[in-house]
Amino acid sequence: MSETILEVKGLKTSFFTDDGEVPAVDGINFSVNEGEILGIVGESGCGKSVTSLSIMGLLPSPPGKIVGGQILYKGEDISHAKESRMRKLRGNDIAMIFQEPMTSLNPVFTIGEQLTEAIRLHNHLPKKELESRAEELLKMVGLPRARELLKEYPHELSGGMRQRVMIAIAMSCDPKVLIADEPTTALDVTIQAQILDLMAKLNRETHTAIILITHDLGVVAQVCKRVVVMYAGKVVEEGDVRDIFNHPSHPYTEGLIRSIPDLYSKKEKLYTIKGSVPKPGSIKQGCLFAPRCDYVMDKCWTNAPELVGDSHKSRCFLHQEQA
Amino acid sequence: MLSYSVKRLLMLVPVLLGMTIIVFAIIHAIPGNPALTILGTKATPEAIHNLNQSLGLDQPLYVQYFTYLKNILSGHLGTSIQDNTSIASEIWPHLAATIELSFVAMVIAVVVGINAGIISAWKQNSVFDYAAMIIALIGVSMPIFWLGLLEQWAFSVKLNWLPSIGRTDIITTVQPITNLYLIDTLLEGQFAQFWMVVRHLILPAIALATIPTAIIARMTRSSMLEVLKSDYIRTAKAKGEHMFWIVYKYALKNAFIPILTVIGLQTGLLLGGAILTETIFGWPGIGLYVYNAIQYRDYPVIQSGILVISFIFVMVNFITDLLYGLFDPRIKYR
Ligand SMILES: Nc1ncnc2c1ncn2[C@@H]1O[C@H](COP(=O)(O)OP(=O)(O)OP(=O)(O)O)[C@@H](O)[C@H]1O
Ligand SMILES: [Mg+2]
Repeated sequence: MSETILEVKGLKTSFFTDDGEVPAVDGINFSVNEGEILGIVGESGCGKSVTSLSIMGLLPSPPGKIVGGQILYKGEDISHAKESRMRKLRGNDIAMIFQEPMTSLNPVFTIGEQLTEAIRLHNHLPKKELESRAEELLKMVGLPRARELLKEYPHELSGGMRQRVMIAIAMSCDPKVLIADEPTTALDVTIQAQILDLMAKLNRETHTAIILITHDLGVVAQVCKRVVVMYAGKVVEEGDVRDIFNHPSHPYTEGLIRSIPDLYSKKEKLYTIKGSVPKPGSIKQGCLFAPRCDYVMDKCWTNAPELVGDSHKSRCFLHQEQA
Repeated sequence: MLSYSVKRLLMLVPVLLGMTIIVFAIIHAIPGNPALTILGTKATPEAIHNLNQSLGLDQPLYVQYFTYLKNILSGHLGTSIQDNTSIASEIWPHLAATIELSFVAMVIAVVVGINAGIISAWKQNSVFDYAAMIIALIGVSMPIFWLGLLEQWAFSVKLNWLPSIGRTDIITTVQPITNLYLIDTLLEGQFAQFWMVVRHLILPAIALATIPTAIIARMTRSSMLEVLKSDYIRTAKAKGEHMFWIVYKYALKNAFIPILTVIGLQTGLLLGGAILTETIFGWPGIGLYVYNAIQYRDYPVIQSGILVISFIFVMVNFITDLLYGLFDPRIKYR
């Protein structure tokens, strides 16, 4: 079995706003093994981006702050590491791709300038090699006309191409971990599939571990082996993708699976989970999912379930009783 | 880019022509007979007739205008009524004095303003930010003549550190080559004179720089705040770039277009003759030149002065326009 490279232990991240403390991420645990693709799934607002920014040390601060737990990279707790230490890790050991390909590239610098920046910072390659490395990277992410692209500006590229450039930038220093925060959400469906294929290919070829964040369980099913399901700042289910698809042991996961569009089904209407993610901190007691749950029981309103299980964990009384 | 510059240059032609028409019209808009205005109310009809003839004022207006246009194109700006000197030869030394003062003032404004704005944005809501923005607010609302007088009182009268009047000491004359004394004194190897010129520049330059510094600082701050929040700055951080370089190398370039706009506008305004500052500091620039001419109703000088000032204003805007493209590749030159 391969080794754990990144481990998040009891991470709590809050935003301190005028309305008081907002616990956006509330004690989550998961770990990433070398070379694997781990999926993190959850609806909008459940704390996925906040988790990734916490790992990168890029929380907007103020108001964001890590208030508890650990982030272990190769055993070193980086949750409160010095800025100078984080600068060494960012881009070089842990890289990130963002949700918004259209705005994540700097409009006034060329693709080449932006692509070689991380390499210049971390690897100190001579100028000649820098250029050929940049070309190589663009080819690796499947962009044609690599040489010309280096001299072009982001506005001359489509969204899909920009996201490929972002991936090339993220991969430029051979990171150990790549956090991809909804890399395909802003793209249309055919491009989405291409980008996912690309990430799976890069993972096979470079052995970079990938944390693939998405709100789409379908995406996870395509490329991940293990998945963590998040709900309202907490992990509600975790395990092997196939296990989870075959035996979801949390009503929320079940809802997510049932709401994946199925081309062959004759059903008129797609299932939707009623209601929406509660505002962090708004539910004071009981299970956070209770108000939206189809199987809600009396004790769900008063007691909060724990995350239990070995390889397939879940946070639900229903499934704990059955077990 | 080159074809755009040429095109943009050609577009200046109608602007400049319009400018000459307006300046020409100024003289003719003055109520009454210009000759009478020039000679005074006691002039004999004979004298008025003669002057009208010699000034060409008896010709139809369009003929007068084309004569005027021909004259300025060949560099004849006429003679001053006050002392009969050739305006063309008088105007450059005055203009050079203004350019030198404005240049120094703008260097101060750009260096101080941009840095203050950057640090304020970077350390938003810090003590520095609050202090800088309060000072900037005072700066934009400060009456410049009052600031000038205050400077003179403190640094010349009380402390006796710096001269308060003129470009040079009364006893020294700088041998003019370019009429930009900073350059002339260096060309002649007169380092003592150079230092004296610098000392004369300090107080008026600071007074003149106050408003542009404050405006540039405020514009830089707001523009930088916007940029620092953006996704691409987060990308730069995710690469492991140092915040100092993110701010000075990347964000500044992103934020620069609106800053460049105010720099251009302010430069144009300063070069247009800072009449107040030049009067208070006895600075023999174009502003003071025109101011004196107004007092003597020296219309040819006023006319030429306004023409030159507007010309410079148009040219500064033209250059600013060309510079935009250096900072933003999305600006298409077509
Ligand atoms: N700058 C902020 N200030 C205050 N609260 C914030 C801030 N950023 C995030 N939050 C809170 O954190 C919660 C989680 O946000 P996050 O961006 O992690 O969601 P997400 O799971 O990434 O959603 P999406 O799928 O829309 O990207 C939000 O509900 C919000 O209340
Ligand atoms: Mg997000």
